[in-house]
Amino acid sequence: MSHPHHPEHHLPSTYHEKLTAAVIELLAEKKVLPPEKIRAAIDAMDARGPNLGAKVVARAWVDPEFKKRLLADGSKACAELGIDVGSLKLLVVENTPQAHNVIVCTLCSCYPKMLLGIPPAWYKSKSYRSRTAREPRKVLHEFGLDVDDKVAVRVHDSTADMRYLVLPIRPSGTEGWSEEKLAELITRDSMIGVAQANEPTAV
Amino acid sequence: MSARFAPGDRVRVREWFPPGHVRTPYYVRGKRGEIERICGTFNNPERLAYNRPDDPKVLYRVRFMQTEVWGRAERSSDTIDIEIYEHWLEPEQ
Repeated sequence: MSHPHHPEHHLPSTYHEKLTAAVIELLAEKKVLPPEKIRAAIDAMDARGPNLGAKVVARAWVDPEFKKRLLADGSKACAELGIDVGSLKLLVVENTPQAHNVIVCTLCSCYPKMLLGIPPAWYKSKSYRSRTAREPRKVLHEFGLDVDDKVAVRVHDSTADMRYLVLPIRPSGTEGWSEEKLAELITRDSMIGVAQANEPTAV
Repeated sequence: MSARFAPGDRVRVREWFPPGHVRTPYYVRGKRGEIERICGTFNNPERLAYNRPDDPKVLYRVRFMQTEVWGRAERSSDTIDIEIYEHWLEPEQ
């Protein structure tokens, strides 16, 4: 946790920083949670990234039966691809010509880390969190995405036990493409809903 | 657990302000919406946060019109879906 009023490297100074440091030291000393386990957990967290989400979306684009299962039970469908989404429930929301979906967590910064990795800083910013709930079209415009007036914007506030992934629309001109090639068009932002999938010309 | 509400039911979020680890955003309290789906049964976070995993609740996704939540909207078609536990919901009168 970085605090702007502290230099980057500092000794614990606040009550809670001291408490955290003391608990970490005690857990290591008593061999409850050795440092190498913390290290391994961080490595495992860092190893996850949007490539996992892209794999899921690409499969849904080429396999309509998989897409049905994915929309019905996201966690179960991911397990078919060998992706463990943990104890949280994954809910996949599909973009259509009638509705565009965008994900936000107004209370904190809930994010589908198991499929997209560590969230970008803007996702956790107060500005994104408060404005996306209230003026999503304006926020999307600032990301370079103008949603047509005829398309409904559906905001999803990730407030409790579900985690969300947007299933973007498959771009035209990709007929017959392999899953691997399709996955290259699927960006992190398109799975949060602040962008569309890339057009084939961008690859 | 049996669910009190079904998809399509009209509900209102309780206008209620208990202290603690509450996952119902302020901006939606007292607002009316429609059950979008039942998410399942989960431990009530208001107790789980204090290490008391003893109070399972049905969790719903409720769809609100942006106009209902904010009194205005960029487009009248736009919605916001929020996960809300059953004890926060009452039938719309």
